Amino acid sequence: MPATFNYTFDAPCPYKGTTSFNTGIFIDGKFHDGSEKKTIEVFNPSNGKKITDISEGTPADVDTAVAAAHRAFQTSWGLKVPGSERGRLLLRLADLIEKNAEELAAIEALDNGKAYSIALDFDVAQSAAVIRYYGGWADKIQGKTIEVDETKFAYTLHEPIGVVGQIIPWNFPLYMLSWKLGPALATGNTIVLKTSEFTPLSALRVCALINEAGFPPGVVNILSGYGATVGAAIANHMHIEKVAFTGSTLVGRSILKAAANSNLKKATLELGGKSPNIIFDDANLDDAVKWTAFGIMFNHGQCCCAGSRVFVQERIYDKFISAFSAHIKTLKVGNPMDPDTFQGPQVSQIQYDRIMGYIKSGKEEGAKILTGGERHGSEGYFIQPTVFTDVKPDMKIVKEEIFGPVVVIQKFKDEDDIIHMANDTFYGLAAAVFSRDISRALTVANRLQAGTVWVNCYNKLHPQVPFGGYKQSGIGRELGEYALANYTNIKSVQINLAAPAP
Amino acid sequence: MHRTYFTTTSAVGTPDVSAAVALPSGKATLPTGLFINNKFVPAVGGETFQTVNPSTEEVICAVSSAQAADVDLAVAAARQAFKTTWGKHCPGTERGKLMFKLADLMEEQAQVLAEVEALDNGKPVKIARDFDIGDSVACLRYYAGWADKIHGQTIETNDLQKLAYTKHEPIGVCGQIIPWNYPIQMWAWKVAPALACGCTIVMKPSELTPLTALMLCELIVQAGFPPGVINCVPGIGSVAGHALTYHLDVDKVAFTGSTLTGRKIMEAAAKSNLKKVTLELGGKSPNLVFESADLDQAANWCLLGITYNMGQDCTAGSRVYVQDTIYDTFLQLLIKKFEQVKVGDPYDEKTFNGPLVSKGQFEKVLGFIDEGKKAGAKVITGGGRQGTKGYFVKPTIFANVTPNMRIVKEEIFGPVLSLASFKTEEEAISLANATTYGLGAGLHSNDAKQCMRVSGALEAGTVWVNQYNLLNNNVPFGGFKQSGIGRELGQYALDNYTAVKAVHFNYGEELEWPPV
Repeated sequence: MPATFNYTFDAPCPYKGTTSFNTGIFIDGKFHDGSEKKTIEVFNPSNGKKITDISEGTPADVDTAVAAAHRAFQTSWGLKVPGSERGRLLLRLADLIEKNAEELAAIEALDNGKAYSIALDFDVAQSAAVIRYYGGWADKIQGKTIEVDETKFAYTLHEPIGVVGQIIPWNFPLYMLSWKLGPALATGNTIVLKTSEFTPLSALRVCALINEAGFPPGVVNILSGYGATVGAAIANHMHIEKVAFTGSTLVGRSILKAAANSNLKKATLELGGKSPNIIFDDANLDDAVKWTAFGIMFNHGQCCCAGSRVFVQERIYDKFISAFSAHIKTLKVGNPMDPDTFQGPQVSQIQYDRIMGYIKSGKEEGAKILTGGERHGSEGYFIQPTVFTDVKPDMKIVKEEIFGPVVVIQKFKDEDDIIHMANDTFYGLAAAVFSRDISRALTVANRLQAGTVWVNCYNKLHPQVPFGGYKQSGIGRELGEYALANYTNIKSVQINLAAPAP
Repeated sequence: MHRTYFTTTSAVGTPDVSAAVALPSGKATLPTGLFINNKFVPAVGGETFQTVNPSTEEVICAVSSAQAADVDLAVAAARQAFKTTWGKHCPGTERGKLMFKLADLMEEQAQVLAEVEALDNGKPVKIARDFDIGDSVACLRYYAGWADKIHGQTIETNDLQKLAYTKHEPIGVCGQIIPWNYPIQMWAWKVAPALACGCTIVMKPSELTPLTALMLCELIVQAGFPPGVINCVPGIGSVAGHALTYHLDVDKVAFTGSTLTGRKIMEAAAKSNLKKVTLELGGKSPNLVFESADLDQAANWCLLGITYNMGQDCTAGSRVYVQDTIYDTFLQLLIKKFEQVKVGDPYDEKTFNGPLVSKGQFEKVLGFIDEGKKAGAKVITGGGRQGTKGYFVKPTIFANVTPNMRIVKEEIFGPVLSLASFKTEEEAISLANATTYGLGAGLHSNDAKQCMRVSGALEAGTVWVNQYNLLNNNVPFGGFKQSGIGRELGQYALDNYTAVKAVHFNYGEELEWPPV
């Protein structure tokens, strides 16, 4: 039997309570040991120490989960349950997430390293908001009746696909869970979901809430496990007809290949980015500095849409650099449980090493460090907020996604100059423009090859507004009404009223 | 056991804005004042009217009666809220959250609300609780889900220097006038889409059934709606309704009721400020039974169609046309099932039909029955009052009717069915469409092509195939011809409460002067 994880949170965490949840894999409404009875160690990135063991899912467990999800789809979910009922359960789940907000935020801070106060005010709050948003869509899945001619009655049905596979990353564990569960469940699909082996804990806590909300067993199945085993099993599964993946572009390619080689399952991908943040000389400088810092340092730079390439118009470059450097130095790095902390540790040793490797390469390739560039403290995976200037477009730190608190700043001359530089990447997830000239802002926004363009802000997401990548940043859109299309099969029904046989 | 459900409005408990009422689940104190700015207040001039229990013919209590001056106050409150705490100042997600809370509260109070609905309207408690209120809670939740999904469009124009888009903005202050046949459910149908779109409301419930509307206003306070978002002004149609429809600061009026009054509403809108108007009016809806139909099922649906809610339903299937080859068989089925309808005390969980809502309706329906008899139609079953106390009428079937009889042409709004036969499909369609109304229609047939043809030919806003009467909150509802203007329910209802603004945002085109 899988063990129960018990933990008591204490000062400086504002939540001084306990959490207790099962660490098994969650299939058919119950917790199980992994089929090979193995476990995965989960580490606290603030100090590198082990938090607990959790059950390790296997490809055999994926088969079991798919069977349960398939059964649920045929009997107690899908079109067997009206949309209003699916919506009601999603709304219940949103309420339960809110009810347990502090506990979930504390778990997230412990497991992922993000600041507790940010986990509470952003991650947990927005996760509930996304689930609630999709709860509202569940009974509004509409096709069309389409006029052809008098001999025919034609209409479309937007049907659930069936069993969908979902693979989520470690940067926003609970929030990414909500992006996946919301639209899939609203449209009537059943789910086999793999969490990241680095951050499995908040999803495990949510499993009990899924039962408490009243979802029938088998509708949502959550497996902790590794990408190479469980993730690959999902992507290659012959009875999963759709896979949704959020993670690196590298792994995204392998998901798409697996989909092609197995059963041509539909695939949507939310991948990496190297998003440009463009500051024109007529921007409100003070605001631009703050948004820019937020754009790269939020979540310790671990955002797919991080504004990691900053471009400042020549005329204000020096002023910007000076103000930006001063502002970065005010960001508080430290214990995520401390309510004043803005930036906690990076999520794992592997990420830490990778980011430090990029910082080293930046130094070696001749970029100049404005601030940061070293480890923060001596325990845990903390890295100082780091700003590089005097970079060249072919440097690794300029071309590749670092996924850490590291930003490169470059100058630009004018609109044509910047469009070329901003779009010079195979990524296309996000971009931002800072300017008080609306004509200029809209013209530039129109020309940027990015799925989200922010004007005079950065890193703002809303459940209603779609998000996704151009180019190699992804396929498909999440959030908003658009996400529903990822989880429906369109059936056209053509009823012959009067056309004679040929 | 029932708990008193009000907690927050200080005015409740004051004699002139509340009344003590005995219910099966215990004594209750009901609000009877006008509800303006989240408070219950007497009419400025102290006017009241009485509401009557149709099962006993006794007065339940007095309720404040809004006059023009009171309507002015309510509209002012709604306008203020629209400009400050609601409308564009409250994000859709927040509006949705409050509506979800209201739905939860209504669900918690379902039993008490059902008992008062039965007391004031006469419908059975079980039906009020499980259907009227159950569907109303679901309606609120349905529209709560729409609140942050009101999308406009961005529209590509051929102009590379313009961004063109539409915004679906809330219309503003909406007057809503609802009938007495489904007091709670009509309240929900009106309030839900209006709130979702960001409008504020001045609602006038029917003077025959004001009590549950006022109870729902207490839940509005508990749910946390800002003052002035929803206001409720019970009163007499010709006074409060008149003031509301002529009001120069009301942007839109939504009315459900008789076609006769609907005309007056539209006239008032035209004469005042051309406020937008949507109307859900009467019907004389036909049910067609073809020879291939499952006759037992068709009989069940036809009966539901005329006896549900004691026939007091705008889509009541009040004309049934049966194909001549199966007429006799079908008639026997109808008679047997009619006589199974249990008419009695609305507090009895086994009752299907309570009394009609009022003395006026009771006399009207009995008058139609007499008319039918005098015109030569044959009473097959029923045909008069049931019992000696309360406005109970026996479910009645008239046969041997002809198309120009009043009972066939005019809306009776009671459990009175006109039955006739037809030979061909064309004749059936023709009979069905021979009316100035066009609200609902039903057809029963196992011939799929016939179902397609006939449903296509029927001139009605809702066509039921092998069903009758059952609606869904996400499917639109409304009338063809003189049965109404506009649609309620479904996504379509949002159009009633949004004003489309097209924005042409020029960010690059320069205009030369002089232009030619």
